[in-house]
Amino acid sequence: MSTTTLIPVLLLLAPFLPALLSAALPGRARVRNTINISFAVLKLAIVAFALAGVEAGVEYEWRIFFVPGLELILRLDALALLFVTLSAVLWLATTLYAIAYLKGTPHQARFFFFFNLCVVAATGIAMSGSLISFFLFYELLTLATWPLVVHTASAKAMKAGRTYLAYTLAGSAALLGGIIWLESGSGPVEFANGAVLTGFGTLSQSLIFILLIGGLGTKAALIPLHAWLPAAMAAPAPVSAMLHAVAVVKAGAFGIVRVIYDVYGIETVAALGLGMPLPVLASATILYGSLQALRQSDLKKRLAYSTVSQVSYIILGASLAGPFAVIGGLVHLVHQGLMKITLFFAAGVLAERAGVSAIDQMDGIGRRMPVTLAAFTIAALGMIGVPPVAGFISKWHLAIGGYQSGANWVIAVLIASSLLNAAYFLPLLYRAWLKPACDALPDREALAANRTWLLILPGAFTAAAALGAGLFAGLDMSPLGWATLIAERITTR
Amino acid sequence: MTPLFALVAAPLVFMLASLILGRRSPHLIWMAAPLMLALAVLVALGVSAGETGGALGGWDAPLGIVLEADGLSAALILASAVTAAITGLFALARFGPAGRETTRRYTFWPLFYGLCAALNAVFISRDLFNLYVALELLSLCAVALAAFGSRKAAMHYLMVALAGSLAYLLGVVLIFASTGTLDIGLIAQRAGDARTPVLIGAALMSAGLLAKTALFPLHGWLPPAHGAAPPAVSALLSALVVKASFYILLRLWSEALPGLAGPGMIHAFGVLGACAVLYGSVLALRQQGLKALIAYSTVAQLGYLLFVFPLAGGGGAATPWAAGAWGAMGFQLSAHMLAKAGLFLAAGIIIHALGDGRIRALEGAGRALPVTVLAFALCAVSLMGLPPSGGFMAKYLMLIGALESGAWPYAAVIITGGLLAAAYLFRPLARFMSGTDTPALRARVHWALPLAPLALGLCALMLGVLSAAPYDLMVTGLPQAGEAGLDEAEPGG
Repeated sequence: MSTTTLIPVLLLLAPFLPALLSAALPGRARVRNTINISFAVLKLAIVAFALAGVEAGVEYEWRIFFVPGLELILRLDALALLFVTLSAVLWLATTLYAIAYLKGTPHQARFFFFFNLCVVAATGIAMSGSLISFFLFYELLTLATWPLVVHTASAKAMKAGRTYLAYTLAGSAALLGGIIWLESGSGPVEFANGAVLTGFGTLSQSLIFILLIGGLGTKAALIPLHAWLPAAMAAPAPVSAMLHAVAVVKAGAFGIVRVIYDVYGIETVAALGLGMPLPVLASATILYGSLQALRQSDLKKRLAYSTVSQVSYIILGASLAGPFAVIGGLVHLVHQGLMKITLFFAAGVLAERAGVSAIDQMDGIGRRMPVTLAAFTIAALGMIGVPPVAGFISKWHLAIGGYQSGANWVIAVLIASSLLNAAYFLPLLYRAWLKPACDALPDREALAANRTWLLILPGAFTAAAALGAGLFAGLDMSPLGWATLIAERITTR
Repeated sequence: MTPLFALVAAPLVFMLASLILGRRSPHLIWMAAPLMLALAVLVALGVSAGETGGALGGWDAPLGIVLEADGLSAALILASAVTAAITGLFALARFGPAGRETTRRYTFWPLFYGLCAALNAVFISRDLFNLYVALELLSLCAVALAAFGSRKAAMHYLMVALAGSLAYLLGVVLIFASTGTLDIGLIAQRAGDARTPVLIGAALMSAGLLAKTALFPLHGWLPPAHGAAPPAVSALLSALVVKASFYILLRLWSEALPGLAGPGMIHAFGVLGACAVLYGSVLALRQQGLKALIAYSTVAQLGYLLFVFPLAGGGGAATPWAAGAWGAMGFQLSAHMLAKAGLFLAAGIIIHALGDGRIRALEGAGRALPVTVLAFALCAVSLMGLPPSGGFMAKYLMLIGALESGAWPYAAVIITGGLLAAAYLFRPLARFMSGTDTPALRARVHWALPLAPLALGLCALMLGVLSAAPYDLMVTGLPQAGEAGLDEAEPGG
C-alpha cells in the first residue's frame, strides 16, 4: 500500500481501533483514557500530513469493491479534508472533556465505543468519494449516535432516542430511495465526476433532488424536519457538543453541499428552478430557529435551537450560486463547529459544577467561573457575528455572496438573524457578568473544591480557536484560506 | 463429486453415530462442526474454481443420481454450515453432557444431524424425486424438533408439511407423466411440448412449497412453532428449514421450467412477497413476546425472497446489475440465515437469564448481558437492511433492480419493509437499554454462550463488508433465467 491509499485508511482506523479497545477493556478507565487520547493525537498528526499533501495537489484515494455498483471510495479532496480536520480537532477536545465529564459514571466503555464509532462515521462521511459510500457512513452515524442519545437511559432520553430514530431513519430511507433512483439511470455516482442526468426528465431530476435534500435535511435539522434536535438534548453534554458541532447536523449539511456541487452541479440546480427554494428554506430555518431560541428558558434548549438556525447558514451559502457565498457557507461549517462546541462545553460545565441549567439561574455566574464564562462569551459574540470572532467572517462572506448572486434579501435575513442572536445571547452575558449572584449559586470555596481543569480547558481551547480563526483568517491555512481553496477548485473544475 | 457426496453422507454418519453413542453423543459436535464447515469450504472453493459436480457411480441422468452445486448452492451450503455449526455448539448448553438427563438430550442430536444432511441434499440435488425425499426428511426432523416446544404447534406444522408434500408429490407425478423424466435439466428440454399439464403440476408443487416455506398467506403455522421451541431449535427452523423449500421453488421455475411462467404468474409471486413483507412486519410490530416478534419477522423476511421472480433480469443484460436480483436473493438467503439464527440464540440467552419472555419485562438487559445484547443488535442491523451488513447488500441490489426495471411498487415495499423492520427491532433494543438498574439474573449464563450469537452477528456483518467474494460465488454458473428474467429465458436453455 502506498501512502496515497494508506492515509484514508489510517484516518478511519485511528478512531476505529480505540472504539474496539474501549469495548474490550471495560472497567480499565486509565488504560482506556490513555488509548483514546493517544489515538486522537495520532489522528491529528495524520491530518496535518494530509493537509500539506492536499494543498500540494496530492490525491489520496482508496477503493474497495463490494457488489456491482457498490464501491466504497474514500477520497481526500480539499472539501473532505476541511471536515476531517474539524472532526479531528474537535474529537480530541471532546474526548478530553468527556473523560472528565463522565468520570465515575457507569457504562463508560460503551460510551467510548459508540462515541469513537461516531467519529469513524463522521470521518467516513467526510472522505466518501461516491454517493453510496456516503450513505454507508451516514447510516453508521445514525446507528452509532442512538446509544449515545439514550446513554442515561432516563425516560426522557429514551423518548428522545425514539424521536431521533423516527426522524433519521425516515430521512435515510428517503436518501437511499433518491440515491438508488439516481443510480438506476446514471450508474454509480462519484463526487469527482458528478451524476449523468441525461436519462431523466426534469420532473424526475427535481424529485430525486428533493428526496436527497429531504433525506439529508433531516440530519441538518432543516425545518420542518428539525424537531428531533431540541429533543436530543437529553443526552450527556459531550454528546450534545459532538452532535451539534461535528457529527450529526454537520453530516447533513456536508451532504447537501456534496449533492449541490458534486452530484448535480450548481448550474443544474439553478436550471431546474431549485436555485431559489433551497436558500429560501434555509433562510426560513435561520429565522425560525432564532425565534424559537428566544423563547426557551432552558440553556441547552436555547443552544439547540440556535444550532437549527446556524447550520442553515451553511446550506444558505452552498445554495446561493456565487463564490463568496460558497466560501461563507463552507467556512461556517468550521466556525459554527468551534463556537457551538464551546457553548455546549460551557453549558455542560455549568450544569455539572454549579447545577445551572435554566437561564435565570445564571445571574452572577461570570465572576464565579471566569474561564468557562469567558469562553462562552467569545463563542456567543461569534454567533452574533461580532468581529473579530470567526462568526463575523462567515456572515460577511455570506452577505457579499448574497449580493453577488442578486439575492439582496439575504442581507436582510442575515441582519435579522444577527439581531435575534444578539437578543438571545446578550441577556445571558448580561446576567452572567453584570447581575449580582443569586443565593442558589454555590460559593467560591465549593466551586474550587470541584474544579476539574480537564473539564474547563477544552472549552477555553475551542474558544481560542474560534477567536484565532477570525483574527488570522487571512492566512492560507486558516479555515477561510482553506474554504477559498475549495471554492477555487470547485469553480475551476 | 466426493465432497458433494460427503456433504450428505457425513451428517448421516453422525446421525447414526449419535444414535449409537447415546449419552455421549453430544461430544460428536466437536468433530462434526469443523468437518461440516471444512466440507462446505471445500465445495465453495471447488465451485468458484469451476467444478460443478457429477453423477454418483458414473451413471448419468436419467439413470443415475446426479449431484451438482452451482454458485448459489455453494454459498448457501457455506452459510448454512456456519449457522448449523454455531447453533450445534450453542445447543451443547441445553442438550449437552453437563445438563440434566432428559429424553431430549438423546433425541436432539440425531434430529440435528438428519436436518443437516437433508438440507445439504436439497441444495445439491438435481432431480425432483430426490428433492422430495430430502424435503421429507427435513420436514420430519423439523417437526420432531418443533415438538420440543409446543406439541400443538408441531402437530399443526406436521399437517401443513404433509399437505405441502402431498401437493408437491402430485405435481411431480403430473410432470413426470407428461415429460417422462424427473431430472431438472431434462425437464427443461421437454417441458415446452406439454405446457398445460406441466404448468398445472408446477402450480401444485409451488403451492406445496409455499406452504412449507410459510410464505404469505400460508404462514399461519410458523410463528407458534418457531416461537415456542427452545432457542437452538428455533434458530435451526427459522434460519435453515424454511429456506430449503424456497430453494426448490426457485430451482423449479428458474431451471426446470425457464420461460414457462407468464408475466402474470411472475408478478403473482411478487405480490405475495410484498404482502408477506408488509403483513409480517406489521404483525411483528404488535407482538408482546420477544420470540414471537422474531418469528413474525421471519414471515416478513421470507417475503423479500419472492421478489427475485419479478425482478430477475432487471432492466436488461447490459447494465452491471443484470444479475443483481439473483445476487440480492443470495444475500437475503444467507444473511437471513446468519442473522435470524443469531437473533434467536441471543433472545434465548436473554429470556433464560431474566426468566421472562415478554418484551416489556426485559428492561435493562443491556446492562446485565452486554455481549448478548450487542450480538442481538448486530443481527438486528442486518435484518433491518442497514449498512454495512449482508442484509443491506441484499436490499441495495434488490432496490436497484426494482428501480432500473421501473418496478416502482417493489422499491416502495422494500423501503417500507426496512423502516418497519427498524421499528419492530428497535422496540426490544430500546427496552434493553432503558431503565437505570441492572436486573438480577435468574439463571447463570456460561461465559462462552453469548459468543455464539455474537459470531453469527459478526458473520452477517462481514458478509456485507466483504461482499465482493460472496457475490461472485453466488452468481457463478447462475441459470440463464437469473440473468435474463424468468419470462425472458428460452425454454430448454
